Order: sequence, then structure tokens, then C-alpha cells
Amino acid sequence: MPVSLTVSALRASLAARSLSPREAVLAVAAAAASKDSTLGGYVSLTEAEINTALALADKADVTLPLGGVPIAVKDAIAVQGAPLTCASKILRGFVSPYDATVITRLRAAGAIPLGRTNMDEFAMGSSTENSGFFPARNPRDPERTPGGSSGGSATVVDADTAFAALGSDTGGSIRQPASFTGIVGLKPSYGRVSRYGLVAFASSLEGIGPMTKSVRDAALLLQTMAGHDPLDSTSLNAPVPDYLDTLDRGVKGLKIGLPREYFIDGITPGVRAAIEATVQQLAAAGAEIVDISLPHTEFAVATYYIIATAEASSNLARFDGVRYGHRAAQPADLTDLYNRTRAEGFGPEVKRRIILGTYVLSSGYYDAFYVKAQKVRKLIRRDFTEAFSKVDLIASPVTPATAWKLGTFADTPLQSYLADIFTIAANLAGICGISVPCGLSDGLPVGFQLMGPSLAEKNLLQAAQTVESALSPLALR
Amino acid sequence: MKSPHLDVRYVARLARLDLTAEEAADFQSQLTDVLGYIAALDRVDVTGLDPALEPGDPFCVARPDAARPGLTADEALANAPSTHDGLFRTPRVVE
Repeated sequence: MPVSLTVSALRASLAARSLSPREAVLAVAAAAASKDSTLGGYVSLTEAEINTALALADKADVTLPLGGVPIAVKDAIAVQGAPLTCASKILRGFVSPYDATVITRLRAAGAIPLGRTNMDEFAMGSSTENSGFFPARNPRDPERTPGGSSGGSATVVDADTAFAALGSDTGGSIRQPASFTGIVGLKPSYGRVSRYGLVAFASSLEGIGPMTKSVRDAALLLQTMAGHDPLDSTSLNAPVPDYLDTLDRGVKGLKIGLPREYFIDGITPGVRAAIEATVQQLAAAGAEIVDISLPHTEFAVATYYIIATAEASSNLARFDGVRYGHRAAQPADLTDLYNRTRAEGFGPEVKRRIILGTYVLSSGYYDAFYVKAQKVRKLIRRDFTEAFSKVDLIASPVTPATAWKLGTFADTPLQSYLADIFTIAANLAGICGISVPCGLSDGLPVGFQLMGPSLAEKNLLQAAQTVESALSPLALR
Repeated sequence: MKSPHLDVRYVARLARLDLTAEEAADFQSQLTDVLGYIAALDRVDVTGLDPALEPGDPFCVARPDAARPGLTADEALANAPSTHDGLFRTPRVVE
């Protein structure tokens, strides 16, 4: 069985009993065994994990919405009994004692968690090169990054070593790898999908979302994952609409804004051409295209790297060698245990961010950096509130350029932070966003970003479906 | 703004993080670049604004204060690097 099937197509075959859940699990295991050793999409897909999945497959109820569908899971999301490392040496050997809420929900809908996908350590990075184990590689060109931090999830979906995957997005970590590998990546609104069981990096910015081969699959997974969860105090208690019933309704009458701050000189000609052609297609399909402004965009990256690192320094304080994870050998005292456990367990990018975050929260600098950034965040939010009073959705590139070669930003972290310019503001504002493939530039995928107000996933998916339908599959492969 | 000076070794000590000499030198230069970039926020007028601690508007988040099942002691200890008599074990903290 080809793992190139969409979840929707797989579901049709499973429901018709022309394929079995066991065959689906074995197909993923076989595809991963033959392709993943060169691509590094999975950090863990062991015999034991495959056997657990087969046991679930044998009793799967194929009448359920995701009955019998194996789904790969980013290594930051807890699956009971499975390893959980966030691609960090500090968590090597950790086994989750419980399921994340998204996993509980996916299981209830019949899905089977299978495989742990590679990522930048603790989701800090945008190339998966910060993985504590090995980098993931872009299936379109293995010399290039699949993006990050959910790079492993993007790799396995694009390489057809998974039918679909879960990622998490703190500053673009679902959308950017989706863009770099030519798949669909949805970042739901903050609070739409529970964060319970997602290892915390920057709690006020991050969320879990689907990474899939089609917009319909993203809608299908969101339908199961979305909804209020009492275990996440920031979960929104809002009804979950039917994301699938309007998916094919098109964009007639929708107003789509083009923010002038997102169409800057730094965008490569190939990316610009693909984005502009897609805007034309949306206009031809009946959308009204409107020029808008998000005036505080230029401050988003600076604001983000203060808030995200501050939250990270606090969240990662729990990794101290006492309750779980790596512990330094023969500590002289408790402080020595902390200092050396963390020195040995964390990689360089995690250390950099802990130091920056500790600094911006430290006495004498707290107001100047952290409080100031929170105030600028308010201005960035206001920009979106203002824009969404005029338009339904906002369109832009996901990134200024296509996937870069591994090693490009190894010694210049600031340059890689700047590449997040188009994705970061959505996290600061808590709105939803999606990357949908819209063409190629020099043979590499280009993602089209759509952003919508909080809880506007229905419109977002509908417009994304229009983009996907307008494009010939040949334009993407 | 107070002139930003980041002493990487001092801050790493606050964060309970040993650094090698090479790491300290690399981070000092890389984070000085990042701070230089972040200084762009000096240009933003935020007079009269409250900080936005969450991305959305604040909402009521309390759940009913009812008991529910949690991890057993054995489950909670299962990932610990060192335990003793059902407790997490650490180096001695009192003399």
C-alpha cells in the first residue's frame, strides 16, 4: 500500500475494508525502514512501537472518523508508554506516563499514534539542525533542511513515510516546514487545541496542529483535535464548527488582505512569483483582494525573541536531573548537580535561549526588555484586530525564501531568527494560520500563508482548499 | 533603557548552567548581536499601554475543584534517575 495516500483516501479504503488498519501500520513501518535512515524524519520508530500500533490496529473500529489511521507524532507531544525526548539528550530514555489531550482525542476517533518525529531540540529552531540527535533532511533535496522546528513531521509526510503527522507551532514551526517540503501545515488559533501534554517551551505562543498531504486532511484532523479541555487553563471554551461541510465552498465574497509589510525586498523572485500567481487565482475565484497594513510587523521578531526566551528560561527550569531525564554523575552538591546536568543535557541553541531569557527577566532589565516586549505585543495584536475589521483573511508568503542548505546559519543564529519574520506575528497575536503549497521555485516548494482571526479556521481552510484546488499536482512535484 | 550589558557567565550562573570557555565566548558574541537587534524596540512608543501577557483577551479559566485520578507514586517515580524508599533522591542539601 502506498503511504502517499491522503488520510481521506486511506479512510475510504479502510471503511470499505479494501485495506486493513494492520496493512496501514505495516506500510508506514516498511516505508520508514527503507527511506528514513537517510532522511532522519523519525527519532524513534522501534519494533516495540510498531507492535503496540499493530495491537491497536487489530482492534481498530474502522467506522470511526479516523478509524485505523496511523499518525506520526512530534517528539514534544506525550503518548503514553512511548518515548518523549523533544530531541534532547536531557530527556533520553524518558517514557510518557500519560497521553496528551490531542492523543486522547485522536485515539477516541480511531487513530493510531505511530512514530516520534525529529525536531529542533525543545522546538527551538527553524531547520531541525538543532536536534540533539541528528538533523532531518528535506525529501526534495537531502542537502537542504526540511525547516523546523517540526521538520521531522514535514519530512515524514512529504517522503510518504507517514500518512499525516502532528506538529507544534511557537513562531512558525508548523507552517515553515510545511512550506519548505510542499505539504499543508495548520497552526490553529491559540486555545483552539489543548496544549495539555505538549512539553512547554513558550506557553503563551505555542499550540499543536496537523501537518498533512491535503487541506481536507488538515480539516479532518482539526475536527478531532479542537475543543475545550479543562486540563489546559488557556483552552477556549467555544463550540467547534464543522470544518468539512464548507470546505469546497470557495472564496467568492471573501475579502483577503495583502499586508504591504509582508511584501518586502528580501523576498526571492521565485517565491514572489508563486505568491502573486496564487493571489491572482484567488481573485479569479471571486475573492476581493484588499491592500492592508500591519505597521508593527518590523518589531515582531525582536518582541518574539524576548517573550519566547523568557518563557523558555522559566519552563526549562524543571530539567534539573532530579525527577526525570539525564543526571550528571557524582555531583558534589545539589547546585553542582543542576549546573552539570543542564550543561551536559542541553544543546547550544537551548543554552543560548535560556541565557537570553534569564537575562531579560533579571533584575534591572525586566521592565526594559520583558515588559516592553509585552506592550509591543499588544500593538502587534491591535494591528491584526484593525486589519480583520476590514478583511476576512490575510495572505502572504510563509518565508522570504525556499529551504536553505544545511549548515547555512550554523554560527549566525540571529540571521536564522530573521527568516521567521512572516510567521511570528500570528503567534504573538494568537490568531490562526496555514501554509498551503502554491508552486515551486527552482524545484523547491513555496508555501502560501493565509492567516485569520482567532477561531476563523473554517474560513481559513475554505480559502486554503481553493488554493490547493487551483493548482495542478504537476506544479508541485 | 538601561544600557544593555550581558555578562554571559553571570547570567548562566543564575540559570544553573555550566558553560565551557568556548561556549561562553561564542554566546557572548552571538547574544550581543541579538541584543543589538532587539534594541529596535527602543523606537516603539508604548506610552499608556498595559503589557499583553496572553495573546488573546483574558477569560475565565477555572475548572470545578473536583478530585480526579492522577499518577500513582510509582508512575511519578518511573522516569527518575535515582529514587529511594518511594522518593526522589538528591545529593545532601543540609549538613
